[in-house]
Amino acid sequence: MKLEKIGQILDAELLNGENCNIDIEVYTACGSDLMSDVISYGHEKDVLLTGLVNPQVIRTAEMMDIKVIIFVRGKRPTECMINLASEKGIILMSTKHPMFTACGKLYSAGVSGGSV
Amino acid sequence: MDNSLKLHYEIPGDDFALAGEASSNVKKILTQLGVNPAIIKRVSIAMYEAEINAVIHANGGTAEVEIDSNKVTIIIKDEGPGIPDIELAMQEGYSTASEAVRELGFGAGMGLPNIKKYSDNFEIESIVGKGTTVKIEVWLKP
Repeated sequence: MKLEKIGQILDAELLNGENCNIDIEVYTACGSDLMSDVISYGHEKDVLLTGLVNPQVIRTAEMMDIKVIIFVRGKRPTECMINLASEKGIILMSTKHPMFTACGKLYSAGVSGGSV
Repeated sequence: MDNSLKLHYEIPGDDFALAGEASSNVKKILTQLGVNPAIIKRVSIAMYEAEINAVIHANGGTAEVEIDSNKVTIIIKDEGPGIPDIELAMQEGYSTASEAVRELGFGAGMGLPNIKKYSDNFEIESIVGKGTTVKIEVWLKP
């Protein structure tokens, strides 16, 4: 699924599109506020949905090769986080939907949770 | 690579926002050296977890990284409180992290198990009251 479609499904705002390639396909996603869990189980995921806002969210995505971070419940990253993400080529988005709804919408649309 | 590349990093303990910079830099260098991305990911994750541990448990430390044609060796040393029971600390889910650290998304008790999982060789030495040294080796060749 094109990232643009994900944005439409979640009515999400792109936060650093001018610095990243947004014409990408995404297949898998994970949702967690616990970065330790993302590191343990977030393999081969294209998208991370999270309600956590601190620079280690960007670092975790960087180490895990996660391409897109979507902040749920209308949370917004700080300027410092946006700059770090842009530097690493990680796309940031924000949706007003809470975690459960955002994950459900993407799953229903065909985005997979990937292998366990 | 005929010669090894040696890198030294100071891991600051007072700024959680800076944690991960050393791992990020090593990831960048391995990418520039053309190392297999799957191996880079294992090195990055293992080092990042160790770096986070040094920040949240020991007020920072140092990282010595050596890259040669066969492997990446990372030694992360701190002068923190040490680990009284390493066997217990290696269990998934066991954590002594503070509530503040948990709120930052860490302290789930997966740090040391993750480091072991992603490295080819993992050694840990700790003396209570003196500090902890973690050695991570990841082979670059199958």
